[in-house]
Amino acid sequence: MIERGHHDMGGLPAGKVRRSEHAYDDWELRVDALMMLLIGVVGESRRMTVDELRKNVEALAPADYDKMGYYDRWVISLTQTMIQRGVITTDELARKLEQVRGLSPISRRKRTRRR
Amino acid sequence: MTLEKLGTVPLYSIGDRVRVRDAAPLGHIRTPFYIRGHAGVVERICGAFPNPEELAQQRDGLPAQPLYRVRFRQQDVWPGYRGNPADVIELEIFQHWIEA
Repeated sequence: MIERGHHDMGGLPAGKVRRSEHAYDDWELRVDALMMLLIGVVGESRRMTVDELRKNVEALAPADYDKMGYYDRWVISLTQTMIQRGVITTDELARKLEQVRGLSPISRRKRTRRR
Repeated sequence: MTLEKLGTVPLYSIGDRVRVRDAAPLGHIRTPFYIRGHAGVVERICGAFPNPEELAQQRDGLPAQPLYRVRFRQQDVWPGYRGNPADVIELEIFQHWIEA
């Protein structure tokens, strides 16, 4: 049996909490916006639930989970969910990734989140 | 959403002493590991919501599950807790994770 999921770390030693303000890359803001659209917080068409996002984040391999940032986990998870729901296929995703590889990277300018 | 509208009747009331089920199922679980098996007191009834464990599996999560805010004593939850004995921690727990 799996007693405790890797993500379920409440109460375990974790070191100090950094209290500094976070800055976000443009791609992270885009992932956030994409998620708001997919779960129907913004717009009319709901394509998934936040619970599916959490399920697929929790399904990450522990080593990947630990080294990924918050939005790294989100973008992997929402992509898995779109595959599971049949919105995109694995093959379509593979071909698109090949197509965009080598294009000039999108702006990585840091931006402070306003919320 | 009111509980009546959803046709969901809460089994527990404010002030009831309840225990979180000590279970380890598979799937997406909203009840943290550290609180399973612990007893606390119902502080409020938050409403009723589609079951997130079902929503995570592309199902509708109905009937909605009552959600309780349960108050636990910190010294009950953490072995060797050295803070104020009056300290509490509150968690929101769905009804299907609660037993009397």
